[in-house]
Amino acid sequence: MDFLRPASWEEALAAKAEHPTAVPIAGGTDVMVEINFDHRRPEYLLDLTRVGDLYEWEVGEDSVRLGASVPYTRIMENLRAELPGLALASHTVASPQIRNRGGVGGNLGTASPAGDAHPALLAAGAEVEAESVRGSRRIPIDAFYTGVKRNALAADELIRAVHINKADGPQQFSKVGTRNAMVIAVCAFGLALHPGTRTVRTGIGSAAPTPVRATVAEEFLGAALDEGGFWDSGRIIPPSVARQFAELCSAACNPIDDVRGTAGYRRHAVGVMARRTLMWTWESYRGTDRATEGAA
Amino acid sequence: MRVNFTVNGRPQEADDVWEGESLLYVLRERLGLPGSKNACEQGECGSCTVRLDGVPVCSCLVAAGQVEGREVVTVEGLAEYAQQRSRGTGACGTSLDEARWWSAQGTDSGTGEGTELAPVQQAFIDAGAVQCGFCTPGLLVAADEMLERNPNPTDADIREALSGNLCRCTGYEKIMDAVRLAAARQGEAV
Ligand SMILES: Cc1cc2nc3c(=O)[nH]c(=O)nc-3n(C[C@H](O)[C@H](O)[C@H](O)COP(=O)(O)OP(=O)(O)OC[C@H]3O[C@@H](n4cnc5c(N)ncnc54)[C@H](O)[C@@H]3O)c2cc1C
Ligand code: FES
Ligand code: FES
Repeated sequence: MDFLRPASWEEALAAKAEHPTAVPIAGGTDVMVEINFDHRRPEYLLDLTRVGDLYEWEVGEDSVRLGASVPYTRIMENLRAELPGLALASHTVASPQIRNRGGVGGNLGTASPAGDAHPALLAAGAEVEAESVRGSRRIPIDAFYTGVKRNALAADELIRAVHINKADGPQQFSKVGTRNAMVIAVCAFGLALHPGTRTVRTGIGSAAPTPVRATVAEEFLGAALDEGGFWDSGRIIPPSVARQFAELCSAACNPIDDVRGTAGYRRHAVGVMARRTLMWTWESYRGTDRATEGAA
Repeated sequence: MRVNFTVNGRPQEADDVWEGESLLYVLRERLGLPGSKNACEQGECGSCTVRLDGVPVCSCLVAAGQVEGREVVTVEGLAEYAQQRSRGTGACGTSLDEARWWSAQGTDSGTGEGTELAPVQQAFIDAGAVQCGFCTPGLLVAADEMLERNPNPTDADIREALSGNLCRCTGYEKIMDAVRLAAARQGEAV
């Protein structure tokens, strides 16, 4: 094994071009487990912890450019206002020690269906900035997850940053597990209201081979809210609408039975989380965001 | 490969390090610092917790090559670390920069002997928070870091800060007592 230690982003890209099989290592919270248990013996480890750019973020007009290695702890502390869904999801990852090291770039690199960042990224709307010596491109988050633990990166590409749309309305994240800390999601759900475009976006974790959006449910709810004038009136969402939204979210799942839960349980739990997160976000939309319009 | 880094304030050099080796392995097997424990090697138990440039991490998940040029504090150096901190700024919290100018003095960083215990260590003894002791080093490092950041923690703060550290013996109540005690004593000392 060789340990490559690039001191800059350019050096990292050059190293990845020269050794496409090199395994990047950032926080190491996925990679080191595999090495410790002999599940992986890469020829090259490509250490990214010396590339300072990857630990920085910029808050722009409409989006946040989040460096690939910014640890979850930093996201929770600094980006709660701009990225509430991702900040909530970050807080549910593992433990303080893991959150001090791991970040969204590693979560995307692993592309596990259970990764907690994914539902939040899908719901907010995001693009992955991938770069190689050949150039840079932006991969829409919907096109990033290509299979179980597979992603759209080419062999010579590295993730430089993730561009995440700033919240234009309330966002929520919910996760089912056996305890609060240190738990891989049985399933997870992210929801973002986008009052600006009068749309709703979702993200489902651990209930399909990849993280997915419940697009049919989004369209149904978007149309129901629009046609009923709910965005303007801020009225309470009728139970029938919430129920159908929940059912459509369940239907978007394609889960398996495994040690953490059965497919049937996952489908059910995603529906429950969909209804709850809808209620939470809508309450907050009615309350704080449109306080002056005096909802019903 | 060779790795140079600072442990408990002293420069250390580890030779013949395998590229896939963890910081935990280097500390225990190459530098003779067995205080950090190995109970899972997968980030689940926290018994290997050390501070890397001031930040609590699981040393079993840090690749040895990643610590080149960096500063590590293990449980063996905790007493001195805490002492330097209280000298520097009063017992009440230390910024990372202040923590960094800390440097070791003439004690044995191999055993931690020759220094008074850190307040959090004494509190674990006084509160009876140690049974088999395997989880204790990681808990001490994590608890000490929390008390540095947050001198007046609520029970929820303590539970959150220690949520990455498993204990199979105590049932955690005595550990909670110990951290509350350390916080209270820290408050009195100011
Ligand atoms: C005890 C424990 C509990 C955990 N709990 C959770 C949890 O609750 N929720 C959750 O989502 N995850 C959890 N994880 C998994 C892990 O912490 C996350 O996936 C984390 O986001 C990984 O980030 P990292 O920087 O540590 O990645 P690394 O381990 O460094 O890398 C992970 C993968 O991404 C690749 N990679 C890293 N950076 C880049 C880059 N810039 N460009 C291209 N590829 C890159 C690596 O090659 C590797 O394949 C847990 C892990 C442990 C050990
Ligand atoms: S040995 Fe590192 S967390 Fe258990
Ligand atoms: S005292 Fe035995 S594991 Fe905690």
